[in-house]
Amino acid sequence: MARELQLMKGNEAIARAMIASGCDGYFGYPITPQSEVMETLMAEKPWETTGMVVLQAESEVASINMVYGGAATGKKVATSSSSPGISLMQEGLTYLAGAEIPCLIVNVMRGGPGLGTIQPSQSDYFQSVKGGGHGDYQLYTLAPASVQEMYDFVFDAWDIAFKYRNPVLILSDGAIGQCMEKLYTRDNVARWSEEERRANAPWGTWGKPAGRGHNIITSLELDSARQEVFNHKLQAKYAEMKEKEVRFEALNCEDADYIIVAYGSSSRIAMKAMQMAREKGIKVGLFRLITLFPFPTKQLAEVAKRVKGILCVEMSAGQMIEDVRLATQCGVKTEHFGRFGGIIPTPGEVLEALENKIIK
Amino acid sequence: MNKDIEARKQELLNDGYEEVYTRTKVLTDAVMHYCPGCGHGTTHRLVAEVIDEMGIQDQVVGVSPVGCSVLAYNYFDVDFQEAAHGRAPAVATAIKRLNPDTFVFTYQGDGDLAAIGTAETIHAANRGENITMIFVNNGIYGMTGGQMAPTTLVGMRSATTPYGRRVDLNGYPLRMTELLSTLPGTYYVTRQSVQNPAAVRKAKAAIRKAFENQKQKKGLSFVEILSNCNSGWKMTPVAANKWMEDNMMPNYPIGDIKVDGKICEGIDANRLVLDHALTVMQ
Amino acid sequence: MTEEIIIAGFGGQGVLSMGKILAYSGVMQDKEVSWMPSYGPEMRGGTANVSVIISDERISSPIINQFDTAIILNQQSLDKFEASVKPGGLLIFDPNGITHEPTRKDINIYKIAATAKAQELGISKVFNMVVLGGFLKLKPIVDKQYIHEGLEHSLPQRHWNLIPQNEEAIEIGKNLIEPVQVL
Repeated sequence: MARELQLMKGNEAIARAMIASGCDGYFGYPITPQSEVMETLMAEKPWETTGMVVLQAESEVASINMVYGGAATGKKVATSSSSPGISLMQEGLTYLAGAEIPCLIVNVMRGGPGLGTIQPSQSDYFQSVKGGGHGDYQLYTLAPASVQEMYDFVFDAWDIAFKYRNPVLILSDGAIGQCMEKLYTRDNVARWSEEERRANAPWGTWGKPAGRGHNIITSLELDSARQEVFNHKLQAKYAEMKEKEVRFEALNCEDADYIIVAYGSSSRIAMKAMQMAREKGIKVGLFRLITLFPFPTKQLAEVAKRVKGILCVEMSAGQMIEDVRLATQCGVKTEHFGRFGGIIPTPGEVLEALENKIIK
Repeated sequence: MNKDIEARKQELLNDGYEEVYTRTKVLTDAVMHYCPGCGHGTTHRLVAEVIDEMGIQDQVVGVSPVGCSVLAYNYFDVDFQEAAHGRAPAVATAIKRLNPDTFVFTYQGDGDLAAIGTAETIHAANRGENITMIFVNNGIYGMTGGQMAPTTLVGMRSATTPYGRRVDLNGYPLRMTELLSTLPGTYYVTRQSVQNPAAVRKAKAAIRKAFENQKQKKGLSFVEILSNCNSGWKMTPVAANKWMEDNMMPNYPIGDIKVDGKICEGIDANRLVLDHALTVMQ
Repeated sequence: MTEEIIIAGFGGQGVLSMGKILAYSGVMQDKEVSWMPSYGPEMRGGTANVSVIISDERISSPIINQFDTAIILNQQSLDKFEASVKPGGLLIFDPNGITHEPTRKDINIYKIAATAKAQELGISKVFNMVVLGGFLKLKPIVDKQYIHEGLEHSLPQRHWNLIPQNEEAIEIGKNLIEPVQVL
């Protein structure tokens, strides 16, 4: 495979991965700090090469509903936005989950609440994994920590989305979106042929051939008993994801006295703090979440048994920490450290927090 | 077809009856939930007949709204998507863009299309999406129990305007069809009704034209169907149709507004933009 | 080797592109790199800065607040970043528009009158390459041949005819930089 080496922004990597992974359509609306996704797509003009459709919608509300319409025809469809725009999409997301439509949503987070700031933040954890929209649903949520992962996770997202008929969220932030790093690109995966689309998405609405019943995409069920059965089916799907699709990275956790739990750009800062701690002789490990839903509950609990304390680092007021405490059943001292509103903590601050809040 | 119905039909044919009228195969056997006398049933049938007559059943994707016609997907025997409230034009945009060989139509009510979905409606029209939009206007929110819609007439009572719609409080009835006709992206814009056989024939011709335009990739065709809501208006179906003719039609005149991308003769600027001296109901 | 650099100045001075060319050159030399800009209203006409890390090892945080080298192109940036240079580190500044010079005693300080020189030679467009040349003179962390490749990757092909001019500017910068304080 021709792995081409490039230097690229995270947002650009998302766009290029969409094209390279055989995405059929992208619908978006400008918002800082993720506008380079659509800008890159428009500059690349994939409709002339792969046939991918790219459209600037009138709002994030329209974008997510375009994703609904396009993806419900069994095609690979994506959108991207940043926190305030993702808030607008919540209705669409619960419809997508409720109608079991595979698709890809990218959130390049910024500081909130409200219009907030345009700087990086990680305050959308609850929104991403604890609902966001109404009803009992989950988005498979991937948290890339590098430009390379921004690229690679787009490919992974399609596999999960179609395997489970579920929307996939890539939860990134302004730091990873705006940062340029080395990237190994992949060969283009061809967009699905008509036959492949029909085989991979037999439930899709592309026009009912003679001999099959009409396919209906809906999240409405007027009969509560049937809706409960459907909800059990969704829950079984989420349980299977928890069983089979958990991803994480444990660095230096084997001999660690303390661990830092973090995801996305915070995990990069935490990695530096870990190195600084080890230079000082403090045995610190990093447990990096890659999937936020499903949360690596069992795996974290296992590591937590061996340590004296856990520092959760997140650019928020402390959201992920709730799942960390649930995973460890509060069996070990666990504290949060974060800057928020668009402020990025420094490795030094993280180390200081570890020393003051956990080790002391 | 349902076995009981099929058996009964056979009995009648055996008794010497002749079949002169039958349901189009593009409608399913599902029993419609619409109130007797409501315009939805007829409008569904007309859309289904057009699909049947054009031989495109295997290429159609419909989009239903939130509102009385939310369950339209149960009645049309074509692939269907149920959209979030107001978002059908955005949903249809993507279906058509990603599947340009399909025929895509939205089927929406006045609350869905002209209130919560105004932005999606206007922008789909303004982009000239090559889709067909069916807009059933009965001046009220039917499914939620008869509240004021954007198209509710001045003076008209509803559950949320119990003393009649007041301009100072609620603004003016929104004439979406006239509004859309002013956009360069719309190719065919018309208002029809289905309260009698003559009107039904004209409405069907309009719907046919709207689908034919899509076949020829002409851009957006928009067909408003003025309908009664006898339950919401609290009238018998017959009285509701009469009331519609007397009160709705002066505010929502029947006929083509824009054909082949051009505003029709006799439709002056006052009608489109200025003439909001609407009939105030007594 | 790990070199953590901040380049800061006004928007329009080529701060981000200087960082990009440096980072791309690092990529070409098979180094690990990151390029992290300030973005938003700042970059739309106000001040701009970018952190560039070039390393032989996997880079942990692309977001840093202590730098081996600060390349400073205006007074605001000098005020903001002088304190962020690691003790024993390097500060390079262009004296153009600088009203109060750096005061730290525990760092190496160099100045490069790149604005004036570029104006004199009529090469203001590649002013940022003059500055880059000065930096590379002191810290040759990427080789000349990779700078050439970095320029090729950073510039659109229609501007490749300008690469020789960019390379000349780098050479000019190497001769222009002068010490203010060397530890």
